[in-house]
Amino acid sequence: MTTITFVAFDGTRHELEAENGSTVMENAIRNSVPGIEAECGGACACATCHVYVDDAWKAAVGEPEAMEEDMLDFAYDVRPNSRLSCQIRVSDKLDGLVVHVPERQA
Amino acid sequence: MRNVIETDVVIVGAGPVGLFAVFELGLYDLRCHLIDILDRPGGQCAELYPEKPIYDIPAWPEISGAGLTERLMEQIAPFHPEFHFNRMVTALKKLDDGRFEVETDENEIFHAKIVVIAAGGGSFQPKRPPIPGIEAFEDKSVFYSVRRMEEFRDHDILIVGGGDSALDWTLNLKPIAKSVTLVHRRPEFRAAPDSVNKMFALQERGELAFEIGQVTGLTGEDGQIRSATIKGPDGDVEVNATRLLPFFGLTMKLGPIADWGLNLHENLIKVDTEKFETSEPGIFAIGDINWYPGKLKLILSGFHEAALMAHAAKKIAHPEAKVVFQYTTSSTSLQKKLGVK
Ligand SMILES: Cc1cc2nc3c(=O)[nH]c(=O)nc-3n(C[C@H](O)[C@H](O)[C@H](O)COP(=O)(O)OP(=O)(O)OC[C@H]3O[C@@H](n4cnc5c(N)ncnc54)[C@H](O)[C@@H]3O)c2cc1C
Repeated sequence: MTTITFVAFDGTRHELEAENGSTVMENAIRNSVPGIEAECGGACACATCHVYVDDAWKAAVGEPEAMEEDMLDFAYDVRPNSRLSCQIRVSDKLDGLVVHVPERQA
Repeated sequence: MRNVIETDVVIVGAGPVGLFAVFELGLYDLRCHLIDILDRPGGQCAELYPEKPIYDIPAWPEISGAGLTERLMEQIAPFHPEFHFNRMVTALKKLDDGRFEVETDENEIFHAKIVVIAAGGGSFQPKRPPIPGIEAFEDKSVFYSVRRMEEFRDHDILIVGGGDSALDWTLNLKPIAKSVTLVHRRPEFRAAPDSVNKMFALQERGELAFEIGQVTGLTGEDGQIRSATIKGPDGDVEVNATRLLPFFGLTMKLGPIADWGLNLHENLIKVDTEKFETSEPGIFAIGDINWYPGKLKLILSGFHEAALMAHAAKKIAHPEAKVVFQYTTSSTSLQKKLGVK
């Protein structure tokens, strides 16, 4: 199990245990983390599971692929550490991961 | 007098479920006209995930959204459905003779014995970008599509987006505009490489401006914008603009369906599970747009709903006819309709 923390826009922290191999988005939905909508269900076809990866974790999480960059065009207030959480796969190396939920999804 | 198109069935929405309804209705000799705001068939499968694989279509271990649409078009071809794309169904009402009148925003009128609402998540409409106060300028100086190019002549036009619409309109409006500025959050585009090259060539010659960033604010009054703030990598820039065209893709909105007097359940149309009929006899709702206890928004559920709906629709359209249940495998009369030799 890997621990992930979602920090809401108002600063509230949601810490949860995630199974390796699942996506960060799936864990948010299963645990009803507010602010992650995931309208398309994880197909990288919307931009409503947008998160900001905490600076300390940016390198470990890595960069989005071209298809994800295309979808990020539709997100609100995109920053250099923006990712779609359905495209981040949980693994041991992400134990302790912190992501920030934006003010709003598109 | 407007032209009235007479038909057995009008289907609102040409998504996978609306398409398959043509097949089931066709087996009962009911002719269909389909209306969709998109410019092609397939609904969500065509617009949202044409390249992505679907794994739960019976007997298709894997098929893409576009592939499924193509197959459905092939399957319904024997029934010669007529398509009316790029229009929204705006109104639906009952006529004195028991039939229904369907109206579109292109001013067409259809008269049909049966109406099938297969409107999915609603009609596809442009997404509103999250710019504070943008509503006040919409349809006056902010537009989500170009209906008449003249509206843009001699204006300072700001176009936002990185897809084909943004690039195409940048190039098409350039000759008649006072100035054109394209804004996109990164230098890579999701558009045809040829358009992107043309845009960069114009930028190099100083004939248009390209800014990297996101629009965060607008100034102006009485619906008329004056300038926009663009948050870029090196801070904020202010750009003069009298027309704004944001292209942020499409989203689904229920739209006019809510005003048709049908019983709803949280923005979905309530139906029974025997015929998938709405609160108005003769109007059916199938696919993602309907609701009943246990509803699952799956393509295969929509297909099942289409079959039961067609059986009930036949009884309404031809009350005198005896509706017999037949298999396509063995019924020569069904095979004749399908063109099986
Ligand atoms: C990314 C993604 C992946 C999916 N994966 C699967 C999967 O693996 N398996 C599965 O079974 N399902 C999947 N789905 C769901 C599936 O796509 C839907 O269940 C299906 O598209 C519903 O079909 P439909 O015909 O009811 O509606 P839609 O496909 O939504 O089509 C409705 C059409 O009606 C039009 N319309 C609506 N109102 C009007 C109006 N007033 N005037 C004119 N036109 C109108 C719309 O423009 C639209 O084209 C997925 C969906 C998404 C977004």
